[in-house]
Amino acid sequence: MKPSIAEEELMSPGHLACQGCSATISMRYALKGLGRETAVVLPACCWTVLAGPAPRSALGVPVLHTAFASAAAAACGVKAGLLARGDSRTQVMAWAGDGGTFDIGLQALSGAADRDEDILYVCYDNEAYMNTGIQRSGGTPQGAWTMTTPGQGGSRRPKKDLDAIVLAHHIPYFATATPAYAEDMVRKFQKARSIKGFRFIHVLSPCPPGWKSEPADSIKLSRLAVQTGLFRLYEVEGGRSRLNVPVAKRKPVGEYLRLQGRFRAMTPQEEARLQRRVDEAWSA
Amino acid sequence: MPELEAPAPSDPRVIVSGRSTAENLTGNWRTLRPSIDAARCTGCLICWKYCPEACVALTEKVPVIDYSYCKGCGICVEECPTRCIGFAPEEAA
Ligand code: SF4
Ligand code: SF4
Repeated sequence: MKPSIAEEELMSPGHLACQGCSATISMRYALKGLGRETAVVLPACCWTVLAGPAPRSALGVPVLHTAFASAAAAACGVKAGLLARGDSRTQVMAWAGDGGTFDIGLQALSGAADRDEDILYVCYDNEAYMNTGIQRSGGTPQGAWTMTTPGQGGSRRPKKDLDAIVLAHHIPYFATATPAYAEDMVRKFQKARSIKGFRFIHVLSPCPPGWKSEPADSIKLSRLAVQTGLFRLYEVEGGRSRLNVPVAKRKPVGEYLRLQGRFRAMTPQEEARLQRRVDEAWSA
Repeated sequence: MPELEAPAPSDPRVIVSGRSTAENLTGNWRTLRPSIDAARCTGCLICWKYCPEACVALTEKVPVIDYSYCKGCGICVEECPTRCIGFAPEEAA
């Protein structure tokens, strides 16, 4: 049988991710879509660690590690440097977590998007500051337990609508992706590569230690996020939005919540409220 | 602690990682060992596709798990459509 996605592996084994980490599956797919002529910019995030300590690297492409707030700005600088050296082919990908995107890196991201810089910005969203021990971020969903939102009720605030913030910049390409839909994800990176200007991909990335889920369930959770309607797979090109994976019959959100210990303290009323919110969002 | 035996980069202000993490054999993280039942495997390559370690090798038919790296996450076990991947404690394997 022929594999459904590119065979070449630019991410090597021996990386330092936890068992069942989907941030690594996501990086694997991203590089399959982008290919060898890619440079990666990593701000502080799980991938800072996963990529391995010097002198080793888990990525078969150049990596620049940079400060938390500066992923987008550093990527613009790398791109400008490449152009100054006459290299217009190498893609520059800023690869940041939700902390570095929803919160700490938001200003640099907004600036780069506003200037329509020729970079690809990827947020792998595991919905909290996982690398530093599971603190709440703007990407944490309502009701989720984190170290900084302990006890009954979990995180009180709803997840920040990052997609709307990014789309408000009128960028040439925006997409969402999650590793259960591998072919869709690889295609989106291939497509992003072919487009000039500021491109953004929002990846939902299940995290076993942070979500208090079984490592074996990461792909299942990624799939359930889509099938329950909590995470929509779509892309926006030239202002036109297209749903990539239609969900004919949505599964109850409980199927997704119950595989994750971080939602254990959610009451049936809170779950019903979340279900109502999802139903409303899809009927809108 | 990482060993820093790599040759010094030509520009000492830049830290350059010229070697691959493939030197880290993460197989010793594993407590459960996945093993493919070749007789029931259809060669669909789903285990290869989803492995977070990129340690399932493509072959003609039945993929081969590289136990030097497999962390035993169980994703392949869970996702295999024919459920032909066993998952047993290491010491029993
Ligand atoms: S158990 Fe996990 S790491 Fe091991 S081969 Fe299966 S998917 Fe890969
Ligand atoms: S997922 Fe299962 S059936 Fe498919 S190739 Fe792997 S072991 Fe074989």
